[in-house]
Amino acid sequence: MKQAKAAAKSATDTKSNPKQNLEVDTTQATVGNRFCENPKMSMRDVNVFYGDKQAIYDVSVDIAKNEVIAMIGPSGCGKSTFLRSLNRMNDTVDGCKVEGEVLLDGHNIYQQNLDVVELRARVGMVFQKPNPFPKSIFENIAYGPKIHGLADSRVDLDEIVEGSLKKAGLWEEVKERLHQPGTGLSGGQQQRLCIARAIAVSPEVILMDEPCSALDPIATARIEELIEELSQNFTIAIVTHSMQQAARVSHRTAYFHLGKLIEVNPTEQVFTMPEHQLTEAYITGRFG
Amino acid sequence: MESSNLFLLMLALGACAFYIGRGRSLAIASPLGGVRHLHSLPNYYGLNALLWCALPSMGLLILWLVLDEPVINSIVMGALPAELVPSTKADFNLLLNKISNLADGIMSADGQPAFMVAAAESMAGLRVISQWVLTAICLILATIGLYWGWRRVAAEYRARQSVERVMENLLLACACLAIFTTVGIVFSVLFESIQFFRSVPFFDFVFGSDWSPQTAIREDQVGSSGSFGAVPLFVGTLLISAVAMFVAVPIGLMSAIYLAEYSSKSVRTYAKPALEVLAGVPTVVYGFFAALTVAPFLRDLGADFGLTISSESALAAGLVMGVMIIPFISSLADDVITAVPQAMRDGSLAMGATHSETVRKVVIPAALPGIVAGIMLAISRAIGETMIVVMAAGLAAKLTANPLESVTTVTVQIVTLLTGDQEFDSPKTLAAFALGLMLFTVTLLLNIFALHIVKKYREQYE
Repeated sequence: MKQAKAAAKSATDTKSNPKQNLEVDTTQATVGNRFCENPKMSMRDVNVFYGDKQAIYDVSVDIAKNEVIAMIGPSGCGKSTFLRSLNRMNDTVDGCKVEGEVLLDGHNIYQQNLDVVELRARVGMVFQKPNPFPKSIFENIAYGPKIHGLADSRVDLDEIVEGSLKKAGLWEEVKERLHQPGTGLSGGQQQRLCIARAIAVSPEVILMDEPCSALDPIATARIEELIEELSQNFTIAIVTHSMQQAARVSHRTAYFHLGKLIEVNPTEQVFTMPEHQLTEAYITGRFG
Repeated sequence: MESSNLFLLMLALGACAFYIGRGRSLAIASPLGGVRHLHSLPNYYGLNALLWCALPSMGLLILWLVLDEPVINSIVMGALPAELVPSTKADFNLLLNKISNLADGIMSADGQPAFMVAAAESMAGLRVISQWVLTAICLILATIGLYWGWRRVAAEYRARQSVERVMENLLLACACLAIFTTVGIVFSVLFESIQFFRSVPFFDFVFGSDWSPQTAIREDQVGSSGSFGAVPLFVGTLLISAVAMFVAVPIGLMSAIYLAEYSSKSVRTYAKPALEVLAGVPTVVYGFFAALTVAPFLRDLGADFGLTISSESALAAGLVMGVMIIPFISSLADDVITAVPQAMRDGSLAMGATHSETVRKVVIPAALPGIVAGIMLAISRAIGETMIVVMAAGLAAKLTANPLESVTTVTVQIVTLLTGDQEFDSPKTLAAFALGLMLFTVTLLLNIFALHIVKKYREQYE
């Protein structure tokens, strides 16, 4: 029923846009390699609603351990919403409802009496706009370890802060001014500070919601390098508007269209020979 | 012509000027091919003519109204024979008043000395002349202005810029008026205070610990030497303010946090205005609530625990004042907390912080400058509050830090000093001005301090 409605909607959308004049059946299931063995996270039939409006339709996909998966798609296709449902950040949005299963190491994160605090310590998030706290650089990093009791002494804390900043490639730039406000850094540095902050609590998965969209190309390149390094230790899901970025940093790419997951395939394949016509249309710039 | 009629006439002339100026600009525009060929819109030409017509004549009108009475008075008094002019200032003013009343016809001329009747007649005559001259000059000025504004209408004339300039200056004038009023108040208080400090040494006043302002009304009165040590008053003020802040800061802040962070939209819609109603209760109502309900209740409660609580206690006044101040703090704090960007909260929540950790460690620190500013404003308000303390705090100037006793405050003493039956230039009455000056200084320092704190934290947090 829902699917039929969605199909009708996307069909009318297709007609109304001359560039999008494609005879495509969006009702069909996602194409490509959706599932993998021993996934870090797996989503099954996830539907997300904002009030009466449905934003995500029946998305099922796995994310493997230490994988970088990129989510691309036109604006408003629901990729950010989907990302935020992976660590329940949608809980803070009024009227947002998630159906289906999101499994982290086989346990559903939407089951009742789940500890959201622990979940978010395991699944960290980096936002579109750098949002350092109005505190010193040191305090920004120390915030997570402090609230989770990860440091027993000041020495521990210093180590965690130094380690996180080193992993985020920011240590050399800020080690002389750890106690100055984090808001005084440049945009790119702030975003790396936010990444350092996220990894300070040793998460297993890091969600990145367009982490480079507010940054200049040089800062973007640094973050992309960083993502590659981080993928050795972390599982990363990144939403991006830049197809080049997806091609550069990710192992697999998921293409979303109007709230539906159209195709998931190894990144190289998505950008060279996409399976689905809509994906091809998007990556060749026929709409989006 | 009466000044008020003259004023209305000026307005009417100004309206005419507007239409004439606008009409002329339209007439100029139509052969050129429309309004687009004018430099400014027709309304600006109209406004320009209006300003030329009305502003100079209005200015003159105001200036004349301010100056004509002193000028006429000095002419009349100057014309009196020297031996009849009283030497003391008070008698001089009395005579002037009598003449003026005679001229107005308020006082009957029967039985008055002939020289006064003559002076009154000359005064009345001068007034009539002044009025007619004013009318004539104003009308001439307005007409010249109207003509000038009309003449200047031309396709290239930059009416828009010239109107903008006048507007800017008008706004500046309003700002200056507000500032000069404040300065004027300060100076008037300052001069009376200086007069007070002639009879009471400055340091005795500021550091003296004994306050009993009863001075002798008659020469032979006993036991009323008068001593003006302001310390007990300021201690009382600070004591009551402290009690008030103890009530208002936690309750106000926490209700603001609840409203801004936790409450659902529907609760907020009703709770916020309900809380702000508290700010709308007249202070006199709070006053009798404190005096008639809270104070006796506290006294009885204290009696149950074996405490002696005075029936006019600092505690009662402070508690009620605290309730009065809650909406100030909650409303301001709510605004600044709501203004903290959602990105801050998301960042903290995504780290696995709970809602209350987020509020305590991220939201409140980020909102701190605004919260501190709100609290400082509330303190200024508490220090200057009068009605509650007049009714509930008592009059005895005791130097005590015990909130269960009755104390008095600066504002209460100002009220009692000025409502007495003393001569105006007695130290007792003048003491009110000195107290006012000190109170003003204290609140000013507090405000400067608050601004400083806000600035300091803002540098750190933005």
